[in-house]
Amino acid sequence: MSAFSVTTCLGAGRAATLAALREGRGGLAPCRFDELPIDAYTGEAEGLDAHPLTGEWAGFDCRNNRLAALTLGQDGFLEAVAAAKSRHGAARIGVFVGTSTSGILETEVAYRHRDPASGVLPAGFDYARRHNTYALGRFVREYLGLGGPAFAVSTACAATSKVFASAARMIATGVCDAAVIGGADTLCATTLFGFHALGVMAQGPCRPFDATRGGISIGEGSGFVLLERPRPEHGADDVLLLGTGESSDAHHMSSPHPQGDGARAAMAQALAAARLQPGDIDYINLHGTATLVGDAAEDRAVSALFGNRVPCNSSKGFTGHTLGASGVVGAVFGALAIQNGFLPGSPHTRMLDPAFTSLYVRTGREARISRVLCNAFGFGGVNCSLILGRAV
Amino acid sequence: MRVYLEGIGLFGPGLQGWAAGREVLAGRQAYEPVAAPLPPVEMLPANERRRAPKIVKIALAAGAEAFAAAGRDPAAVATVFASSGGDGDTIHEILSTLASPQREPSPTRFHNSVHNAAAGYWSIASGAKAATSSLCCHDGSFAAGLLEAAVQAVESAEAVALIAYDVPYPAPLSEARPIGAAFGVALLLSPLPSAAGFARLALAMRLGAPEYSRGASPALEALRRNTPAARCLPLLAMLAGSGGGEVMLEYLPDLALEVAVTPRPASGWEDVA
Repeated sequence: MSAFSVTTCLGAGRAATLAALREGRGGLAPCRFDELPIDAYTGEAEGLDAHPLTGEWAGFDCRNNRLAALTLGQDGFLEAVAAAKSRHGAARIGVFVGTSTSGILETEVAYRHRDPASGVLPAGFDYARRHNTYALGRFVREYLGLGGPAFAVSTACAATSKVFASAARMIATGVCDAAVIGGADTLCATTLFGFHALGVMAQGPCRPFDATRGGISIGEGSGFVLLERPRPEHGADDVLLLGTGESSDAHHMSSPHPQGDGARAAMAQALAAARLQPGDIDYINLHGTATLVGDAAEDRAVSALFGNRVPCNSSKGFTGHTLGASGVVGAVFGALAIQNGFLPGSPHTRMLDPAFTSLYVRTGREARISRVLCNAFGFGGVNCSLILGRAV
Repeated sequence: MRVYLEGIGLFGPGLQGWAAGREVLAGRQAYEPVAAPLPPVEMLPANERRRAPKIVKIALAAGAEAFAAAGRDPAAVATVFASSGGDGDTIHEILSTLASPQREPSPTRFHNSVHNAAAGYWSIASGAKAATSSLCCHDGSFAAGLLEAAVQAVESAEAVALIAYDVPYPAPLSEARPIGAAFGVALLLSPLPSAAGFARLALAMRLGAPEYSRGASPALEALRRNTPAARCLPLLAMLAGSGGGEVMLEYLPDLALEVAVTPRPASGWEDVA
């Protein structure tokens, strides 16, 4: 991971994110997004309304691409991509991003402003650069001036986890020399009302693994990673992608396998790919969205594989569930934990579910962390686990 | 990047199944682009069969046909699904509901709206617990899916199925994004030569904007141009004929995907370098 950055309701960039993680300061607040009549907490990213994409990028302007542009502009990411272009050539760098809803917020607004007589959408609606699932991928590829293969992965809440696996394969087979991966998901009525309809939205901020948890809080987030083969100049502070694991539940469209079989298979595959044993993992960044069944299934899966010896928790109490972005957000949090020797806590989780047996950590602490496993699971029963580790 | 093709599934106007469709694509039968009735999806339980959206039925039927042709069990094979717009009918219904006083969509409609809905139904129906991905690359979604599936097959040394499909949006989205007739295609790819492997596909990226291979007739060319998943038609036409050769498939504005097709020699794959 030659460069990486992240934006959530905790703030823009690595320093602001790390400060919030160290202070145990979550970013969830009562939903004020778009004046939607939903009694829920959300994790809203700051400043997106005030920073439209302009000039040659105006056609891409939508909340999702704004958040992506903000994140690409932080933490030396643009400079790192420029250096990678001079090393490999723009055509050798792929773009594999994930999103679940891309810029559908624009289409929601357009549907509210259809011509009352004809039903047509208002002029200026730009399907390809805002609505389409690949709109985010096209924006990132053109904004960074990259010319390699590209696509958007949209596997619900596992999308930005699976792009790590895709990019690693593309690099391993020589299709690319490097890849910009990650993605973005932003608040919209489709997901806020959709999850509300499913009855899985929490009252108040979400409380992962808590005995009284009542469901998810939705957040928005974006993260990007420049993935390259290890180079000699990579040092002890650099973070490597050590392994990935992918599986399917084959169980239900919106409910996980109750024993967490698919989650366990993805974690076991990631360990095998990284040639590691469960005891080699220092911290697990859980999917942990705070639904009743989801947390229970993941606790069983983690307990079956790791017993109660490996510290684990979910970051959703900090950021809410950033849906398609949750994979890369969790991976960046894991990378920050490795680089800064800090195991983050779990705001809002007070009383652990007494039925759970994994080693859930509620309070952040200093800790030497060399290897992190990150989980992301999504609708359709799709599971993805990543293992990140210290370079030396 | 070389993979071996073990099975094809096909659903489109005047192209119902590979056995019948290849006669048309090879030019042995005239093409009549009549709307195809939705295929029966035997792998879904009866209640799911009624509830499953049109796009899911098309994807599952194409996939099932390719697996049957290859003689492989879907439960054991990883999948890549590719679609330009996903389920436009369901997305339109949700957007209409969100713009109405009621606002809240039905839970079933919401989970059907995810881009990977077809993959979820496939996994549940077939018991497939292997990796699955669902991609989008606007007009280049078929090429993106073929590239991802081939790379995954080679890197994992296991078979991977590609299932690509698109359905037209209803109005008003159809005006902003016109998509032609509903179309689905499935290719079962193996990294190694096998008894079922009847053609070898060699993939290569071509920079710039080369001329894409076209449909064999104006009607087939119209289908290729109007439905993103049907960008595969030049490849299918090459496979339907008896010879091999190269086709240039649309991917990105500055990057095309060239596929070189080598049919299995009568003496088997051993004789091919």
